[in-house]
Amino acid sequence: MGQAAMNTGVGPALEPILRVEHLTMRFGGLLAVNDLSFDVARGQITALIGPNGAGKTTVFNCITGFYKPTSGRVALMSGGPQSDPAIAALTDSPGRSQRVGRGGVYLLERMADSEIAAQAKVARTFQNIRLFTGMTVLENLIVAQHNWLNHASGYSVLGLVGAKSFREAEAKAVEIAVAWLDCIGLKGRADDPAGALPYGDQRRLEIVRAMCTGPVLLCLDEPAAGLNPRESAELNELLLSIRDGNGTSLLLIEHDMSVVMEISDHIVVLEYGKKISDGTPDYIKNDPKVIAAYLGVEDEEVDEAEAEIEG
Amino acid sequence: MDYFLQQLINGLTLGSVYGLIAIGYTMVYGIIGMINFAHGDVFMLSVFIALILFLLITSLFGGLAIAVALVLVLIIAMALTALWSWAIERVAYRPLRGSFRLAPLISAIGMSIFLINFVQLVQGPRNKSIPPIIEGGFEIQIGSGDITLSYKQILIILTTAVLLAAFWFIVQKTSLGRAQRACEQDRKMASLLGIDVDRTISLTFVMGAALAAVAGVLFMVQYGVVNFSDGFVPGIKAFTAAVLGGIGSLPGAVIGGLLIGLIEVFWSAYFSIDYKDVAAFSILAITLIFMPSGILGKPDVEKV
Repeated sequence: MGQAAMNTGVGPALEPILRVEHLTMRFGGLLAVNDLSFDVARGQITALIGPNGAGKTTVFNCITGFYKPTSGRVALMSGGPQSDPAIAALTDSPGRSQRVGRGGVYLLERMADSEIAAQAKVARTFQNIRLFTGMTVLENLIVAQHNWLNHASGYSVLGLVGAKSFREAEAKAVEIAVAWLDCIGLKGRADDPAGALPYGDQRRLEIVRAMCTGPVLLCLDEPAAGLNPRESAELNELLLSIRDGNGTSLLLIEHDMSVVMEISDHIVVLEYGKKISDGTPDYIKNDPKVIAAYLGVEDEEVDEAEAEIEG
Repeated sequence: MDYFLQQLINGLTLGSVYGLIAIGYTMVYGIIGMINFAHGDVFMLSVFIALILFLLITSLFGGLAIAVALVLVLIIAMALTALWSWAIERVAYRPLRGSFRLAPLISAIGMSIFLINFVQLVQGPRNKSIPPIIEGGFEIQIGSGDITLSYKQILIILTTAVLLAAFWFIVQKTSLGRAQRACEQDRKMASLLGIDVDRTISLTFVMGAALAAVAGVLFMVQYGVVNFSDGFVPGIKAFTAAVLGGIGSLPGAVIGGLLIGLIEVFWSAYFSIDYKDVAAFSILAITLIFMPSGILGKPDVEKV
């Protein structure tokens, strides 16, 4: 496949928040991800699509530290444009992160999953909903703010004696949680058990809970799975408001094309662990390779189609 | 009637002590799915700590009121026992966390044996005793007979109630409690949301041990005598209580503890004292046949 075809459709180079380079993940004899490189631009929604078994979730797991990639580099750059020299320096050293500007540079392939969440500020959701179903809706959002709340509360000791700093921190956490609930229209159900919500609301609650950890990059694994069209539309609205309102960058895996095409700024298409296309939704929609991958066209026909387009 | 009431009071007293120990079992099970077999021996250790502290404090500050001395003993014993439990978790359980399920269980049995032998070596094999600390009580006339409500019993029931309320508050209202409940449900997700899972588990052991120490101090007040092997039977009874109430459930542990205490006392009073343990364990077996997850336990439903 020609390099020229890979880069069409994306406008002038945007500042990346995440740069995946030559990522390879091998499970024994199975090459799940093969030399994959792509960028996630800051403040944009990037979608990772591809047929079943293309390796999308494996890529996610490599980015979020659930798997250690066989080779390749996954760099998160929350510090701004001066990150490149820091990445180069870090790669040659045994280090994992370095402060740059107001954020930092993190080599995610060297970090454990909880460190990626806590230090690099990458939040993720899973294909299945993993809310704390026994806790209330509000508690689910407060527990995600545990880190700073716990510091402010003097590790619960101050909380027990009712110290002012604890009550203030707690009030702040509740305020943030309620603001998010308001955003997804669930303010009235704050004190219900999270497990009692309808499926679509649980999905959105889970996304909002991830936002309560204050991420710079939010990774969503099939957020629209199992949603009806109305719920999908609500999801779109939420994701766009996260992008526009919070400046958080999003990376999502999605099969629901009504979600992908409508909200993505940038799409990366995988097939058999390799990138087959990369560009804007309009570009992807018309890329014969993508059409072939989804509809299962024979190779010659792809060549014909390509020849037609180029010709 | 008066005999019945008397036994009721005795049963509640005994049951409170079981309940306090049972919470340690149930909290640890809830968060890491492991039965901490050393917990009964941590309780025994706490009785020794309390006894030594009591003797130390009363001999150092002779004029101190008993109440003040007991409060001091309670606080220091809670702290020291918690420290022990923290160390046990750190040394014997945490390194095995990623291992297969039985590994920490075997390690816990090893810890239990270690604690028993350690105390036997350090404190000697004979009973340690102190003179009765609190004597007397209220005589209450009921119908034709009297019942005795001793000050010790009042102290035990009140202390249990107050501390249970405090721990209930911690679990339900503080950020530590929220972290604990989150870890109980999904440890991986909790760690991804920024909760320090290892620290939360450590604190769970610390809390369980602190409550066991409360039970230990109350045991000392009630019986005034302790032996290195005294952890086993109360430990097993408290574990039974936790299972009966539904393991993983805090109120379940208390209810289970009270039930076991009542069954034991009533069986001894009306039937045969020799078979009191048989009665307690039979009731457990029968309950589990009809309610496999205990009285308040949540059934483990697997969604397909």
